[in-house]
Amino acid sequence: MARYGMVIDTARCVGCMDCVVACKTENGIPEGYDRDWIAYDTTGAFPTLHMEIRSERCNHCEDPPCVYCCPCGASHIHERGGVVLVHHDKCSGCKACIAACPYDARFIHPEGYADKCTFCIHRVEQGLEPACVAVCPTHCMHFGDLDDPNSTVSRLLASREQHTLLPEAGTKPQIWYLK
Amino acid sequence: MSALSRRRFLKISGAAVGAAAAGTAALRAAGTLPSTGLSAEKGIRTVPTFCDICFWKCGAIATVRDGALWKIEGNPLDPLSNGRLCPRGTGGVGAHYDPDRLRTPLLRKRSRGQEEWVEVTWDEAFEYIAQKMQSIKQRYGPEAVALFSHGIGGNFLKHLLKAYGSPNIAAPSFAQCRGPRDAGFRLTFGEDVSSPERTDIRNARCLVLIGNHLGENMHNTQVQEFADAIGNGASLIVVDPRYSIAAGKASHYLPIKPGTDIALLLAWMHVIVTERLYDRDYVAQHGFGFEQFAASLAPFTPAWAYPETGIEPEVIERTAREMAAHKPATLVHPGRHVTWYGDDAQRSRAIALLNALLGSWGRKGGFYTPVSMDLPPYPYPEYPPSVRGKVDNPGQKYPFAHETITTGIREATLTGQPYPIMGWWVYATNLLHALPNEAETIKAIQNLDLLVVVDVIPSEIAGWADVVLPESVYLERHDDLNVEWFREPFIALRQPVVASPHDQKPNWWIARKMAGHLGLSAYFPWNDIEEYFRYRLKAGGYDYEALKKNGILRGPHQPVYYEEGLAPTFPTPSGKIEFFSPQLQKAGFDPVPVYHRPPAGPPGYYRLLFGRAPVHSFSRTHSNRILSDAMSENEIWVHTQTAQQNGLTNGQYVRLKNQDGVVSNRIRVRVTERIRPECVYMVHGFGHTSRMLKHAFGKGASDAQMVTRYATDPLMGGTAMNVNFVTFAPAEA
Amino acid sequence: MRELVSTRTNPMIDPALHFWGWEIPVYLFLGGLVAGMMILSGYFLFRGRHREMSCSCLTLPLLSVALLSLGMLALFLDLSHRWYFWRMYTTFQPTSPMSWGSWILILVYPALLANALIRPPAWITSRLPWVSTLSARIAKRSAAVKFIGITNMMLGVLLGVYTGILLSAFGARPLWNSSILGLLFLTSGLSSAAAFVHLIASDPLEQKLLAKADNGFLTLELVIIGMFLIGLVSSTRVHLEAALLLLNGPFAPVFWVFVIGLGIVLPLIVQSMAVNNKVAHTPVAPILVVLGGLILRFVIVQAGQVSHWTRVVSSN
Ligand SMILES: Nc1nc2c(c(=O)[nH]1)N[C@H]1C(S)=C(S)[C@@H](COP(=O)(O)OP(=O)(O)OC[C@H]3O[C@@H](n4cnc5c(=O)[nH]c(N)nc54)[C@H](O)[C@@H]3O)O[C@H]1N2
Ligand SMILES: Nc1nc2c(c(=O)[nH]1)N[C@H]1C(S)=C(S)[C@@H](COP(=O)(O)OP(=O)(O)OC[C@H]3O[C@@H](n4cnc5c(=O)[nH]c(N)nc54)[C@H](O)[C@@H]3O)O[C@H]1N2
Ligand code: SF4
Ligand code: SF4
Ligand code: SF4
Ligand code: SF4
Ligand code: SF4
Ligand SMILES: [Mo]
Repeated sequence: MARYGMVIDTARCVGCMDCVVACKTENGIPEGYDRDWIAYDTTGAFPTLHMEIRSERCNHCEDPPCVYCCPCGASHIHERGGVVLVHHDKCSGCKACIAACPYDARFIHPEGYADKCTFCIHRVEQGLEPACVAVCPTHCMHFGDLDDPNSTVSRLLASREQHTLLPEAGTKPQIWYLK
Repeated sequence: MSALSRRRFLKISGAAVGAAAAGTAALRAAGTLPSTGLSAEKGIRTVPTFCDICFWKCGAIATVRDGALWKIEGNPLDPLSNGRLCPRGTGGVGAHYDPDRLRTPLLRKRSRGQEEWVEVTWDEAFEYIAQKMQSIKQRYGPEAVALFSHGIGGNFLKHLLKAYGSPNIAAPSFAQCRGPRDAGFRLTFGEDVSSPERTDIRNARCLVLIGNHLGENMHNTQVQEFADAIGNGASLIVVDPRYSIAAGKASHYLPIKPGTDIALLLAWMHVIVTERLYDRDYVAQHGFGFEQFAASLAPFTPAWAYPETGIEPEVIERTAREMAAHKPATLVHPGRHVTWYGDDAQRSRAIALLNALLGSWGRKGGFYTPVSMDLPPYPYPEYPPSVRGKVDNPGQKYPFAHETITTGIREATLTGQPYPIMGWWVYATNLLHALPNEAETIKAIQNLDLLVVVDVIPSEIAGWADVVLPESVYLERHDDLNVEWFREPFIALRQPVVASPHDQKPNWWIARKMAGHLGLSAYFPWNDIEEYFRYRLKAGGYDYEALKKNGILRGPHQPVYYEEGLAPTFPTPSGKIEFFSPQLQKAGFDPVPVYHRPPAGPPGYYRLLFGRAPVHSFSRTHSNRILSDAMSENEIWVHTQTAQQNGLTNGQYVRLKNQDGVVSNRIRVRVTERIRPECVYMVHGFGHTSRMLKHAFGKGASDAQMVTRYATDPLMGGTAMNVNFVTFAPAEA
Repeated sequence: MRELVSTRTNPMIDPALHFWGWEIPVYLFLGGLVAGMMILSGYFLFRGRHREMSCSCLTLPLLSVALLSLGMLALFLDLSHRWYFWRMYTTFQPTSPMSWGSWILILVYPALLANALIRPPAWITSRLPWVSTLSARIAKRSAAVKFIGITNMMLGVLLGVYTGILLSAFGARPLWNSSILGLLFLTSGLSSAAAFVHLIASDPLEQKLLAKADNGFLTLELVIIGMFLIGLVSSTRVHLEAALLLLNGPFAPVFWVFVIGLGIVLPLIVQSMAVNNKVAHTPVAPILVVLGGLILRFVIVQAGQVSHWTRVVSSN
């Protein structure tokens, strides 16, 4: 069983938003909505500053509160790779999952259902990388099977310092940021 | 300011232009436009082409789904994109679907200033232009029609203007962009840095960026290699008054006072020379006038530079030694948009000299020597000789201008000296955002008998035109072949992916038809551009069908470094790297770079800096719904302390007022630690005043509008724009 | 200094979360109110008060049905993919409080109808004579009545607690992330219900009883709010910041003035004086209590959406 995850090298990421734009065209995201976005996280005082740039999206949490709280069974963990998905035609638009996600990764699609990053499962199932990963001009994003010790993602995690977002929320994100 | 500075807007009589609704569903609505004429088409097809959202010309593959353009990705065969585009290239889809696009030729109905338009047929438009051009030719000579053209799309129009008899063809990429850099490097090494830059970022062990904000400046290959350099653990030194994206990656960030880079460069060279850290063999072998140059550096100690630049002497020393430690794989990047303070060619020369000391020119990890494929030109008839020469640089006022100066043509249009300019063709350059002091541009326009603008959207410059010609966007047309000078030789083809949605036409077609109306058909002996391609490729011994299929033809690797056996050549008068420049001395300029402190602004005013945002190109992408969705307006960056002093809070709208009292459109404040307190920063190109740009109109402020002053580079005529100062005014005003 | 700039611009999410408007607080309030009313009317049945002609258990069950249906309507209006709402009833999701809630609601209706059957109003019996026959049969059996009373009380407790747990299950919203919220909403539902029934009760004895009960509920509610806030304040930094939203942040004026002052303390004082015959009974106190209960739901729902784990300084 594969367990899909992303490893993003913040040292390389320049925050160019190509990943954001690629998601919009690949997935036909309506104007004004984002499945992924960039966080520019700066600390310190000028000129002694530190900046981490992160391409963020749904973390496809291993312990996904958005799935647990869904009253309709619309939010679910896909059998392939543990990807968290939404069945549009089961979703009532109650927004419990929006309330539950500590990353504010979801939104209500103009057609009414809850929507978010799908890890481009339609591409992954064809053997392609997610659109955002495939487009990134700095090659800072990696997608793959975390259970396979030889995958790029596993090797990067084994060799570099890393963190996830809000580990204290207890959701076990499947996206790691390399320092 | 005169009333002229208030831009006027296109007003279309009748139900002319712009029926598509702008709004949240615009993109979807736009998707239903009869964009392909092939709506019955089903399934997926891909077309290789190359991108035109900027001038980098990345190889791309567009995908069409059920007859509608779906997405654009990089062409893996292309050495510029390496299969990955920048965000603008990815968002190029929105250029095709832009509901605000020009649709048909437009003719001004009344005298200029009335801003009333009628839709006309292409033939009517050509006939009107032809009459005006013939009459200008009779009365003032063919040189009196000038062409401003930016990008490869303008090639056939340039050909037309040359055939007509005008040498006055200019692009803002020289005097408003990289001109000073290329002049500085020519004076030193005898050659340009050119575009794409011949910088070997990928292999650099130490990379120095002086205001070159890679990561925001998204020239694709540069950014890809920048990330590779970081990934390879290269040392990165970033000099910028603003904590740019690149600064965030730096091993050494030098928060320099704006306009003092020459002082820093002199101090660096002082350290490298006095500590004898330079590449002594290289300098001994290739250098000319090194002793005089070295002696001139004596006073410029790091301690001297400290009060000028604000950079501590230890930091200057440490970074100088760092550069030397990695030589010759230390690349001091020459930057690209370098028209900053008026001493730009000399600053660029100082950068060239620092590279020369490090021995990086011609070396791996420094500057490679670009190569290209041999492709014979099309055998056109000779152009008519120009009797009067170019108008832009009378008496070689700017002796080191090696390209045409846009602002020189504007000056001649204003003054009639050295001879009058009565007609402008403008192709793919929004002069009101690109040239400094828009009031001068507008005054010059008022002197014209003819202004033709070829554009894809109703830009500000189109608003002033007599005739507006709507071009097909790059995804809908062929353009000239891109025979690139790069690390690897290749030829790239731009070809249509989808049909134009309305009556837009490609520029080759426009130029060719126009030639017919001007009696210049002999210069366009081919009927169709593919005939032209076939001819040239056959003459070069290449296969057009393969090019069509792959979008790219690549040649074998050739040596590009001295390390690969390439013989060093320096086409300067001395045949060597000119540390001391007799050329400059002869022309009455400093033969070695000299620092002059930049004049300060009025009290209570902040120096206005500007630059790029990764998702936009200049002023051309703000009505692209996909890209504007990623960033819909610009912000004015204000240091926390400056914000406090001016009572500004994050996110609030203000207006900027410059030293000449010009007030901007409203713009949001971004309170940040990421900038020096004495300057403010904004992204270039926003603040559109053309109402027909429904989506972009009034969003953010225009830096160009604040650039009422500029300092002209005495060496090459570049117009430096970082010499304006602004203060804050309430948004309601 | 930390500057966190995000490019995300999702409607309802950015720059500040606002996915639930008026509908959910109204739904939670009405749910809580009905829960309280079920407990009260169940208690009345349990105590055999339904035999009193003037007992408000005549009106309570059907009123509850109406109010609950109003609440359900509000909930329905909130759904953004409305016509798929039935999907909640094709599945049971044990980890989802909302799923529990929707099934509890399914049980609440029959319990309320059974309750109503014990004292069916005349406008029904006059039209459907068999109802009074059935009703008389049930009323004769005190075990059945007691059972219905207990069931109503139990379901009332479940419903009341559920309206709080619905929120407290969202660990992502620090303000809601307190197990006390269930108890708070139950108590608040009880106090609102007592006040509401107090307003509609015709029997002065019942009125006084309810006023006394309400004073108890209000006092308890004050204690629980205190515990709720102390719990947050003594937890992590984000929880403290969440509590500060109410204590001295943007929601403080509404919280202190309308929820605590006018919604609890003032009516508590007035009603204490009234039950001790120091002042005359006034409907103002119970009205304030009901409004306070409603505003409490609004404040908690809105402030909860604002409370965050990460604070974005600006988004562009
Ligand atoms: N104030 C200020 N001025 C600057 C700069 C700055 O940063 N600030 N930057 C300078 C630099 S570095 C440069 S290179 C120049 C750039 O200057 P320009 O090249 O003039 O750039 P844009 O402002 O984008 O104008 C491009 C115009 O071409 C149109 N266009 C786009 N695509 C097509 C097409 O396919 N066909 C046709 N016919 N038209 C098309 C666009 O709609 C737009 O009107 O500006 C310079 N001027
Ligand atoms: N996304 C995107 N990328 C682009 C373009 C685009 O339109 N959009 N345009 C392309 C073109 S044609 C060009 S020319 C390039 C331009 O891009 P670059 O040549 O990289 O940059 P500039 O716009 O000249 O410079 C902006 C930077 O210089 C800093 N700066 C300002 N004053 C000073 C100073 O006195 N000293 C120092 N050391 N730094 C200073 C500013 O803070 C800012 O970070 O970008 C190219 N890439
Ligand atoms: S495309 Fe890559 S470099 Fe650009 S913002 Fe996304 S992750 Fe970062
Ligand atoms: S990030 Fe949010 S939406 Fe995604 S799986 Fe985790 S909790 Fe669910
Ligand atoms: S909005 Fe849809 S996906 Fe989210 S919890 Fe409700 S039913 Fe489930
Ligand atoms: S994985 Fe696919 S859906 Fe998710 S952010 Fe990337 S492109 Fe968008
Ligand atoms: S750098 Fe970006 S916008 Fe420019 S040509 Fe390449 S992909 Fe297109
Ligand atoms: Mo440029």
